[in-house]
Amino acid sequence: MKKIEAIIREEKLSDVKEALRELGIVGMNVLEVRGHGRQGGITLVGRTGTYQVDLLPKVQINIILSDHNVERTITTICEAGRTGEAGDGMIFVYPVEQVIRIRTGERNHEALMYPGDIDTRPQTPK
Amino acid sequence: MDAINSGDTAWILISAGLVLVMTPALAFFYGGMVRRKNLLSTLNLSFILIGLISVQWVVYGYSLAFDGDLGGLIGGLRYVGLNGVGGSPSSYAPTVPHLAFAAFQMMFAIITPALITGAFVERVRFKTFLVFSLLWATLVYDPVCHWVWGEGGFLRNLGALDFAGGTVVHILAGFSALAFALAIGPRKGYGRSSFEPNNIPFTVLGAGLLWMGWFGFNGGSALAANGLAVNALVTTNTAAAAAALVWMMLSWQERKPSVLGIVTGAVVGLVAITPAAGFVTPLAAIVIGGVASSISYYGIKLVKQRFGLDESLDVFACHGLGGLTGALATGLFATKTVNNAGADGLFYGNPAQLLIQLVAALAAIGMAFVVTFVLAKLLDKTMGLRVTSNEEEVGLDISEHGERAYA
Repeated sequence: MKKIEAIIREEKLSDVKEALRELGIVGMNVLEVRGHGRQGGITLVGRTGTYQVDLLPKVQINIILSDHNVERTITTICEAGRTGEAGDGMIFVYPVEQVIRIRTGERNHEALMYPGDIDTRPQTPK
Repeated sequence: MDAINSGDTAWILISAGLVLVMTPALAFFYGGMVRRKNLLSTLNLSFILIGLISVQWVVYGYSLAFDGDLGGLIGGLRYVGLNGVGGSPSSYAPTVPHLAFAAFQMMFAIITPALITGAFVERVRFKTFLVFSLLWATLVYDPVCHWVWGEGGFLRNLGALDFAGGTVVHILAGFSALAFALAIGPRKGYGRSSFEPNNIPFTVLGAGLLWMGWFGFNGGSALAANGLAVNALVTTNTAAAAAALVWMMLSWQERKPSVLGIVTGAVVGLVAITPAAGFVTPLAAIVIGGVASSISYYGIKLVKQRFGLDESLDVFACHGLGGLTGALATGLFATKTVNNAGADGLFYGNPAQLLIQLVAALAAIGMAFVVTFVLAKLLDKTMGLRVTSNEEEVGLDISEHGERAYA
């Protein structure tokens, strides 16, 4: 099992969410974060002239999923979240030791299964 | 003495209310531009002056400014405690109760030191600020108010025109801000990291309320509900409008039309028309607002970029330069066709008026700058002007007031 942490543009959240839903990703957490990567920051207009802001609002999406679904999900996020400009974000993938669903006590792969989720859909190579 | 006119009196009372609201409006205008950790502190620097200066004015401020005359420099002490200032008219405003005039003037005395606070937000020690403000009101505002507006004041006798306080309010505040900023030094990290305004909508709201309040500020300065008050209201609105448009275009040609810039422009237009509002035509107001807007725009760049001075919220560029522009423009555009009790300016065949305006402005500039700088330096040695470096990092809301703006 893996955890995907995708840091994307705020304005791309609905596109990415939509694409993930079509793929069959059922659960996710979304966090509002601030930061910057190579983009550095943006220039804002002040009373006179401009100034630099280096911590920009971004959105972080957390998804836990089975190993065999990771590549498809990464591809989907990249396609839906890309503008081609600096500041599109980063994706980090981590190993996950255990998953427990609190309501049923189910563990790991069982806990990750939902009716109609990514594993019940045909794999369409993109 | 004329009889009391109820229309005039009603207008002065309403104007007093309008000018009062300008101080909380200014608090929001400034509050929006600081960092979130200093929002309450910045709001309070203006708000508390309603408390402090109201009491000062009643106890002795009004008397120093408007009771009689000592050598053209200061008033007397007969009106201490507003003693004898009552329901009968005074020579200052022959158709309204003397007390209404004193109350209206009180609001000007309050907002003037509040304007200065933009120079030292985010680092001033609150206790020292209170002492400074009381001393400044006593040693700078009250005397210069007497010079320009008090009967026997030497600038009034000279023939200086200041309809609603371009010199008394804005030149004093602007040049005092410059002196204070030099004395207190920059905010920690100034020039290295950018200080982003925490809430520009507050600033827009503040500017809008200031604009409305200015109708009382300038319109009320006619001291009657008459054609002159209307002229002042229209020139005031016109200058603000022109100045907002000019600032928008300057900002646009540099990058994009900044909203913070547009509302700043409007305030600069209001500042610049203040001394002229009851002496010039609406057409002249367009020129005055537009020219003042560009002078302040480039003034900010000069102060911040060229001299690297952390005069934090541009009080000098907006009020000092705006007030000076207005004072001199009054010497150009004033005409007796607008106000028979005024004078003609250079463009109406009286070049001497421009010189008089310059002398009055220079006297106010000298007084404001020198006394403020000396006061600030003395207070720095004795009480300390600034909070500690650690308190500044935490923010003045927590360190000075033990509160925070948002949970």
